[in-house]
Amino acid sequence: MQPYADWRPAASLDTLRLRAELLARIRRFFASRDILEVETPVLSCAANTDPALQSFTTVYTGPGSVTDTLRYLQTSPEFPMKRLLAAGAGSIYQLCKVFRDGECGARHNPEFTLLEWYRTGFDHLDLMDEVEQMLTAVLAGIAPLDSVQHWTYRELFLQFAGVDPFTELPGELQARLESEFDITPVGLPEDDLDCWLDLVMTHVIEPKLGAGLVFVRDYPASQAALARLRRGAPPVAARFEAYLNGVELANGFHELADVAEQRARFENDLERRRRGRHMNIKMDERLLSALESGLPDCAGVALGVDRLVMIASGVSCLSDVIAFPFDSA
Amino acid sequence: MASYSTNEFKGGLKIMIDGDPCAIIENEFVKPGKGQAFVRAKIRNLKTGRVVERTYKSGESVEAADVMDVDLQYLYSDGEFWHFMDTETFEQRAATAEAVGDAAKWLKEQDMCEVTLWNDNPLAVTPPNFVMLAVADTDPGVRGDTSGGGGKPATLETGAVVRVPLFIDIGEILKIDTRTGEYVGRGKD
Repeated sequence: MQPYADWRPAASLDTLRLRAELLARIRRFFASRDILEVETPVLSCAANTDPALQSFTTVYTGPGSVTDTLRYLQTSPEFPMKRLLAAGAGSIYQLCKVFRDGECGARHNPEFTLLEWYRTGFDHLDLMDEVEQMLTAVLAGIAPLDSVQHWTYRELFLQFAGVDPFTELPGELQARLESEFDITPVGLPEDDLDCWLDLVMTHVIEPKLGAGLVFVRDYPASQAALARLRRGAPPVAARFEAYLNGVELANGFHELADVAEQRARFENDLERRRRGRHMNIKMDERLLSALESGLPDCAGVALGVDRLVMIASGVSCLSDVIAFPFDSA
Repeated sequence: MASYSTNEFKGGLKIMIDGDPCAIIENEFVKPGKGQAFVRAKIRNLKTGRVVERTYKSGESVEAADVMDVDLQYLYSDGEFWHFMDTETFEQRAATAEAVGDAAKWLKEQDMCEVTLWNDNPLAVTPPNFVMLAVADTDPGVRGDTSGGGGKPATLETGAVVRVPLFIDIGEILKIDTRTGEYVGRGKD
């Protein structure tokens, strides 16, 4: 038997010490603000229906009156954390492992560490400020924030790509991507504007963001995910993303609390999953019951901790900051 | 028809693009947290050598190219085709000038080359990393100069021109690195 050369950690021990320091600082930040650390299940009966997220599944065998033996590994702890919020837990945070099938690359590992937190009485704008404060505190003396910029999704697209995401059509975008940016996409659905906007975001805009913290807010309603919509022409989602040094780091919402709207979005997701031939997902009825009983007005955000460690270490590959990345796990 | 999923993409994989056989140089998985997953690939067209970029929707299927690399012995050129032979089966294959490309200036009869076949026809020829070639023409050698500084051009038996040290004479056998086109040393032939 040949010894496996990759039994050794991919990340240096110094990087693992930096990871531990960042985790300790994150916990100190939340402790100093009296935000409660919680733990919720990794294995759930239901999962996120978002067609862009693929869940791993596993099956329980053994004793106990377990009716749902099929379990989904969480893609984020959002649903059980909202059940805690509805139960009156107040502001809470969690550091946990999450799992996403089909995501592996320089900036993706199928299991990764997520920091997720919820602030009652905050909207997404308040929470953006707290994300900035948290990053400032955690990165102090290690990789201080150069600058902080705020953009709306529309302004960002106009500035960096010359594209208006609210009026552009997929066909026009395709022609401009080829002629102006030398990007040749293959097999993208012609009628799915969001898919084309994702292409512009990842291929054209992200590489131009540069150093510093960049907040993007007011996403198209079709990209609301679990954010509430704000009336307007056009209506926009109360959602934000944070990019640090050009890397997508965090995604936040002014959380949707309307149970009927939430159920309709789940059903729409499931329909899109059927059309895209993705695995069917069991809708989280316990979350819907929690919303029915009343979710306090709150904003929440999920932040990729491995990417934060990557940026703090000044490297560009996640496998440099994870002890045992997926291919040597 | 054979095909690959973008999940199978890796450097060296041979795929068809717009009717031409291509090799993936590198590929990258790109996905916004709440959005579409893409595979962005840098790809070399094996016919033209041009490098292009393509972005696929993650999970799409792409037609495979029936391309393989084989070691063949170079026999001779008849002016139109370059002829190669499989030294085990003695099967011969003729490569066009387009397929041989820049390799032509390094090809010496009986040298083993890597020939890329597409649907069994030579598509590209890679000469050995090092070749031993005689000097056909150069200025007279300067005795005693072993500094290697400066140098002079020398035309080799295959027609290639390389820079060589001043002490090299016509008829000498030289070792050349075909990847850089540089003189390595005097041969032992």
